[in-house]
Amino acid sequence: MMALQPIAAADPTAGGSLLVLGIVLPAVAIVALFVLGGRWGPRAAALMLGVQVLIALRVLFLVGETGQPLVYVVGGWTPPLGIALRADGISAVMMLTASLIAAAAAGFAWRDYGPQAEGKERRAPLVFLSALLAIGAALNLLFTSADLFNLYVGLELLTFAAIPIVSLKGSAETLRAALRYLLFAVFGSMLYLLGIVLIYGAYGTLDIAMLAARIRPDGVTLLAAGLATAGLLAKTALFPFHLWLPPAHAGAPAAGSAVLSALVVKGSLFLIVRLWFDALPAIREPAAMQLLASLGAAAVILGSLSALRQARLKLLVAYSTVAQIGYMFFVFTLVPAAPAETWIAATAWTGGWMQVVAHAFAKAAMFMAAGMVAEALGHDRIDDLAGLAKKLPLVALTFAVSGLSLMGIPPSGGFSAKWMLLMAALGQGHWFWALVIIAGGVLAGAYVFRVLGRMMAEPPQNLAARPVSGGQQGVALALALVSVVLGLLPLEPAAVLLIGRGP
Amino acid sequence: MSAADLYWMAGAALTGLGVYGLIASPHPLRKLLGLNLLGSGIFLLFGVIARRGAGAGLSGDPVPQALVITAIVVAFSATAIAIALLLRLHAEEGSASLEDAEQPPRDDGA
Repeated sequence: MMALQPIAAADPTAGGSLLVLGIVLPAVAIVALFVLGGRWGPRAAALMLGVQVLIALRVLFLVGETGQPLVYVVGGWTPPLGIALRADGISAVMMLTASLIAAAAAGFAWRDYGPQAEGKERRAPLVFLSALLAIGAALNLLFTSADLFNLYVGLELLTFAAIPIVSLKGSAETLRAALRYLLFAVFGSMLYLLGIVLIYGAYGTLDIAMLAARIRPDGVTLLAAGLATAGLLAKTALFPFHLWLPPAHAGAPAAGSAVLSALVVKGSLFLIVRLWFDALPAIREPAAMQLLASLGAAAVILGSLSALRQARLKLLVAYSTVAQIGYMFFVFTLVPAAPAETWIAATAWTGGWMQVVAHAFAKAAMFMAAGMVAEALGHDRIDDLAGLAKKLPLVALTFAVSGLSLMGIPPSGGFSAKWMLLMAALGQGHWFWALVIIAGGVLAGAYVFRVLGRMMAEPPQNLAARPVSGGQQGVALALALVSVVLGLLPLEPAAVLLIGRGP
Repeated sequence: MSAADLYWMAGAALTGLGVYGLIASPHPLRKLLGLNLLGSGIFLLFGVIARRGAGAGLSGDPVPQALVITAIVVAFSATAIAIALLLRLHAEEGSASLEDAEQPPRDDGA
């Protein structure tokens, strides 16, 4: 069920050109950034990030209103010869999430990486903002491509844009983390490329809708699917390929970590879902899907346990990302293949995507809070956080509110997501995944309360804390509140996420 | 054994050597070379598939040829970024190694 409708000959829809603008405008902004320099370049970049939000809103509105995906056929050449861009329901939702979080990250980093008044022009702001814009363009390309090779290009662009953010501070540790991330990521892309080479050799096309009609479960296809999935799992940092993520995300500047954890890992995750649900539905065997979900379950448990053992706050938040990514893989096994069980499939589908969106907002807020803690105290050792709640109450509040979503406490997007995944699991008798979901929530509560408990403890003597700007506190709190407001949406399958998928 | 067989066997051998080099070598420059070998093996496979798809008077299917050019550019860019990182790491520390230093890393601010 839930197969894609193939792109018919030359049927671009009104508003399809918005999809192209979403990819091309950030590239224009990057050029403008370098031309305009330190004073006006960041302002142009901020303007473009705002325009991205407007484009995403318009795309979501058009998709929701017409109930049809937006299609743009590049150059007028229809697939399989040409490339089409296609924004269905999940694409539109992810585009909006990505543009909002990227804009918020730029706002948070405005004091350090914004316009420079005078003096020698620093490189870091220009690098950070151009990387942010490139991530926006790459994600828009990933979310709207209808062709496996176009997805490869978007994936590589995303990786290359994320690397400078990891090593932005320039210290040896961050350079090592960036190098490790690059090696993992390019290895993953090579495996994915090998997979799609084999698929092209077997079927003669890489267009997703055409592949869905032609795929048969023979040896070449299974090998190709396995290779491509393994490569993408390395980029998504699913257990056991998660080793590169904690040092990379913990070493980046706070706004950079927010974007890395909230958006960059979701790009390859989106690709895995696209691959299995839209291009290879015919070989979506229960055994293979349970393998993916088992790795997700291991990620949830082991990631949460590792987070409990961390001494530094940023590493704790990074391991929490490893754990929360595991939840998103339950959707593979909880969406049944049988066409009759549409309610369970829709519930699991909505739960999975709600987890992606809610985690993006909550984790971005949490990394921003961790960054403000490190800036105020000069360190981020968890055992020495006592008294922070008195000095910086808004920062502690942000941490607590985003922790609500990670734990799955109502009302929050995380609760809605885990509730719907639980309903889908119990509705099919998959008690094991239900146990893992509940255990993950308990463990998340353990590490969130560990940090909050230290924050709210009495300090030994008067705590010396540098001031933190109110604007930064406001941005982080706003993101955390968004993840809570998501929990006020109705606790039932969302129709917008099913737009563009067949009966 | 035809010419195409020779090419895909070479591609498979390069892929295997590349993966081995990437995983087993401790030095990051060797890992990078392994990654490049892996890429070369995959690109050879593209060429074999292009040859297999020849028809209508062309000597090779043009689509994989276009794909492999893009992939070569991407691999080249990845190598360039990796070498830039390696050079910077060497400038910071005096030696390029992926092993972490003995003391835990300090974090001194946002």
